[in-house]
Amino acid sequence: MAARPESFSAATLPTAGQILEPSAGVLLRRRVFGHAGVTIGGAVLILIIAVALLAPILAPDDPYTQDLARREIPPIWHVKGTWEHPLGTDQFGRDYLSRLIYGARISLLIGFAAMLISGVIGTSLGVAAGYFGGRVDMVVNFIITTRLSMPVVLVALAVVSIVGNSLVIVIWVLGLLIWDRFAVVMRSTTQQVRNLDYVAAAQAVGCSTARIVLTEIMPNIVNHLIVVATLEMAHAILLEAALSFLGLGVQPPAPSWGLMVSEGKNLMFFEPWLIGIPGAALFALVLSINLLGDGIRDVTAPENRS
Amino acid sequence: MFVYALKRLGVAVLVAITVSMVTFSLLYLSGDPAMALAGESATQQDIENIRRVYGFDRPIILQYLSWAWGALHGHLGYSNYLRTDVAAVVFERLPTTMTLGAAAISFALILSIPLGVLAAMRPNTVVDRFALTLAVVGQALPSFWFALILIFWLGIEWRLLPITGTESWKNFIMPAIALGYYVTPGVMRLTRAGMLEVLSSDYIRTARAKGLRSGTVLFKHALRNAIIPVVALTAVQFGFMLGGSIVIETIFAINGLGYLAWESIQRADMPVMQAIVLVLACIYIVLTFLADMLNAFLDPRIRVA
Repeated sequence: MAARPESFSAATLPTAGQILEPSAGVLLRRRVFGHAGVTIGGAVLILIIAVALLAPILAPDDPYTQDLARREIPPIWHVKGTWEHPLGTDQFGRDYLSRLIYGARISLLIGFAAMLISGVIGTSLGVAAGYFGGRVDMVVNFIITTRLSMPVVLVALAVVSIVGNSLVIVIWVLGLLIWDRFAVVMRSTTQQVRNLDYVAAAQAVGCSTARIVLTEIMPNIVNHLIVVATLEMAHAILLEAALSFLGLGVQPPAPSWGLMVSEGKNLMFFEPWLIGIPGAALFALVLSINLLGDGIRDVTAPENRS
Repeated sequence: MFVYALKRLGVAVLVAITVSMVTFSLLYLSGDPAMALAGESATQQDIENIRRVYGFDRPIILQYLSWAWGALHGHLGYSNYLRTDVAAVVFERLPTTMTLGAAAISFALILSIPLGVLAAMRPNTVVDRFALTLAVVGQALPSFWFALILIFWLGIEWRLLPITGTESWKNFIMPAIALGYYVTPGVMRLTRAGMLEVLSSDYIRTARAKGLRSGTVLFKHALRNAIIPVVALTAVQFGFMLGGSIVIETIFAINGLGYLAWESIQRADMPVMQAIVLVLACIYIVLTFLADMLNAFLDPRIRVA
């Protein structure tokens, strides 16, 4: 080790007027808040989550109550808009703002739950392949290749059409299908970590495999895991919207954003906001999650920036 | 090279067999195939007859083997709804989807490769930021929504392009954009990263020092090397695209495989669905195999692994 800098050896206690070296925590905070993607993406995502949680308080109306006398009222920026329905009403006279607010719950729930399921599957497979290598790696690689060659949307549609389409089934089908990126990324990062000295040290001390994986490997790959988790959550939300749009995802009258676009599709030439509003909400949600994920990657591992 | 190719081919065949087992089990998940074939007004006796004629009373492993044997010879089963051979229907629709996929991937490459090169030439400038923003936005756009927006503006408001059908090449422009944009972020990022790496290498400096024109350096020396991984990614993405075209085909009423899949789901016609999944999976397997071979051919280091 080289000689310590003067300021260190002289006095560790700061004196008045002395400039302190920023601590690791301060540096991290600076990087997080200095990163536009993290701040903007995080803020929008927190806003959408808050709206979803507070839906019963925020929604002006019940999202399911139909009022056929007040169908297809345009939103407030339109000349014929009223404050009674700020985003207008749909073809059944349901308040569009309330449906949009409750729809956030469906997208977030499906995205999060499908991400958790696929995360558990993909991470277990990937870490096992990366840690054990050899035959295990070969088998896992084979499973990943097989999974990748099956077209996701088609298989999801086929399974949903056979098993039935409820919210829970959509979550499970998506969760069981989109674990591939988790497995690929976790496999390669585990391979990098497992040959480092501290893993060898833990093995030499006699730690069990479970303990090495959980306390030595996992903490060192968790930032990659978080990045993939955000990307896959966004992926699941887009897939749910596409399935619902095709009529085989979440079923009416649930206010899924994909379903709302599908229901507004036939009226889009006369009332374009019917597809514009839910589509923009979907776009904002997915964009914010992606920005946050890219940002976390930049902040935690600046050297991997592409 | 030959040993590597052989190994890789073995894996591809094994994957294809596994996929065929999974797709075969789809049919069995969907309920009694004899009942589906017989229709709603059939008696118990009719169903028994169909079961015997089609061999549904045999052990499942034998049924799989005979189905797989048929599939190898181009017989993919019998459609419950169309009452014809599935293979004929599927291969009749395949060229349309292939055309759409080719148009979409061309659009994606024309947009993303020049953007990636420009971004790499001027890293951290306005051009680079613009390209990255486009990539981030592109990845967040729901494809069906983007397609509807295109229809609204290009098809209805400005009346530039036809909305549905496959009559002329003009019909393919909007679907190709809607399907292809999703691939652009990945290709662009990879082109940019590859170019950044290559542009900082010694042989580029040598080429510049020799006094070659910057266009020659960029395209003859740099891009050729940076493009290698992009070729493989493009092949893989083309496979994904064929599988994802169902959304775009239903919106634009394009009579391809995706639309057929959607129709078949509405009709509960599982043999057709099963055949489509199998055919698309096989195309993907062939594409990734070819991409791996190309990569190994261009970069001998891969062959050792």
